[in-house]
Amino acid sequence: MRSALLTSGTVALLFVLNALFTGSLVSGFAMPPYILQVLCLAGINIILAVSLNLINGFTGQFSIGHAGFMAIGAYASAYVTVAWGDRFRAATSFLPEFARDGVLLLFALAVGALLAAIAGFFVGVPSLRLRGDYLAIVTLGFGEIIRVFILNIDVVGGARGYSGIPKLANFFWIYLFAAITVVVVSRTVKSSFGRTLIAIREDEIAAEAMGVDTTRSKVISFVLSSAMAGIGGGLFGHYLMYLHTNSFTFIKSIEIIIMIVIGGLGSITGSVLGAILFIALTEGLREFSQYRMVLFSLLLIVIMIVRPQGILGHLEFRHFFGRRRRLAAPTPPVIP
Amino acid sequence: MTLPSGTIPAEPVLEVRDLRVFYGAIEALRGVSLVLHQGEIVTLIGANGAGKSTTLRAIMNLVPAKDGEIFFRGQSTKGRPTFRLVRGGLVLVPEGRAIFANLSVHENLEMGAYARRDREIGADMERVFHVFPRLKERGKQTAGTLSGGEQQMLAIGRALMSKPQVLLLDEPSLGLAPLLVHAIFEAIEEIHRQGTPVLLVEQNANAALKHSNRAYVLETGSVSLEGTSEQVAANPKVKEAYLGE
Repeated sequence: MRSALLTSGTVALLFVLNALFTGSLVSGFAMPPYILQVLCLAGINIILAVSLNLINGFTGQFSIGHAGFMAIGAYASAYVTVAWGDRFRAATSFLPEFARDGVLLLFALAVGALLAAIAGFFVGVPSLRLRGDYLAIVTLGFGEIIRVFILNIDVVGGARGYSGIPKLANFFWIYLFAAITVVVVSRTVKSSFGRTLIAIREDEIAAEAMGVDTTRSKVISFVLSSAMAGIGGGLFGHYLMYLHTNSFTFIKSIEIIIMIVIGGLGSITGSVLGAILFIALTEGLREFSQYRMVLFSLLLIVIMIVRPQGILGHLEFRHFFGRRRRLAAPTPPVIP
Repeated sequence: MTLPSGTIPAEPVLEVRDLRVFYGAIEALRGVSLVLHQGEIVTLIGANGAGKSTTLRAIMNLVPAKDGEIFFRGQSTKGRPTFRLVRGGLVLVPEGRAIFANLSVHENLEMGAYARRDREIGADMERVFHVFPRLKERGKQTAGTLSGGEQQMLAIGRALMSKPQVLLLDEPSLGLAPLLVHAIFEAIEEIHRQGTPVLLVEQNANAALKHSNRAYVLETGSVSLEGTSEQVAANPKVKEAYLGE
């Protein structure tokens, strides 16, 4: 997962794929709208899963409030385009049409990410002092508080839902940000700061005894994770053009957790795989109608029995292809 | 064992005065006082639940002290978070080895040097390998796959990587085979010879008294006996209760 993922070539490829899928490249050929929508939602899931993996998988802090931060990003960025979109377009009238939309989307996402990060900071500082179950309960509570709070803001629709959001996000933007998220998280994890996060996951007291400011590291990772969830939310709103707080209940948080657990906690490619698998299962089982969730639960149980560490465990794709990394030396430890 | 040449300096490098710690309503430490001077190995022995580990944890500010004062190199440690104390040179090897099981031996040692920004980290790693040659052989191995003794060596080696001014060791011999216990104590003496004073908490009173200059006996949260290790080892009560004679 080198930054080879994020080159001008990738951007060009996504741009061409986007044109191809929407039917503007080859006339008469387009991706069926249903498939395209599933692909786009999978991309948003990748952003959410990979960002949650930073805090749950690499830092080892079990948070179940990710949907809350996603909601903040979604509503804040949607508000930016709905309320200030016309003025913003007028101010950037020197740009061509498609670039104006892109710049507006980027600006809205930046606002959404910033607000989600601020919320992450204020939720993280008090709750990250807690461990294990307590942290899970507190983040769950904060996630719900955020949702109910938004439900009662009338300018963003309240209980009616927020409609009239322009469709600024598409395949191109969603997968561009999915790639950015993957690169940011993998770079973070490999940095010396990332090493402190893994040390906290392995043994918090030992990390503290190494001189790691554990609270600071945990808060930074939480804020970073929240900001990326905000971007995911922003893309979600600008893709579906409608937002309702029902999309951001704790069930959504649990779904993101399921993605990273089946993919493998502490594996970035695992989260990507988990996100895709999750949406493939929910969509693929649609024809079984009322048995769908039963089958879905059964599949999850089977995966957890067969591979409790998730499909990839701690490993990444590159550990399976090409040069294999020896995990444990086969020689038994010698005791004199 | 004897002290290195020269007398004990008057100023202690670590001083604990009348430390009291509560776990809820239970008084775990009822006014513990102890000192550690430059060039000493001081051991804290006692039965299960006497408060040995609590004393170390309170010194590191990992558990809050209700009362009492702790001075590290003449400065009060009150209100200084653990990581700042570590960066100041007060380093604990926690009980139960507490290594980073999914990182390699090398990465564990690098983590020990986390708070440092100097260029001598490589040289210090060689020094650790000199004390524990076994770790060098296992450099790339995942720490969780090491044997118990090797994990303890790694935990101590990792602490050495943070250039301690004072090393606090919590039960380094716990659950180790006798030969390994010997090796660990040899290593502690080597660290001491290189100039780091050590405060050693041990249940293995025999070995601890043999390898230290002075000793404190802790009983239900207070110091019941203190003196040079020879004096403490010669005390009839200690002989009966801790040395099994």
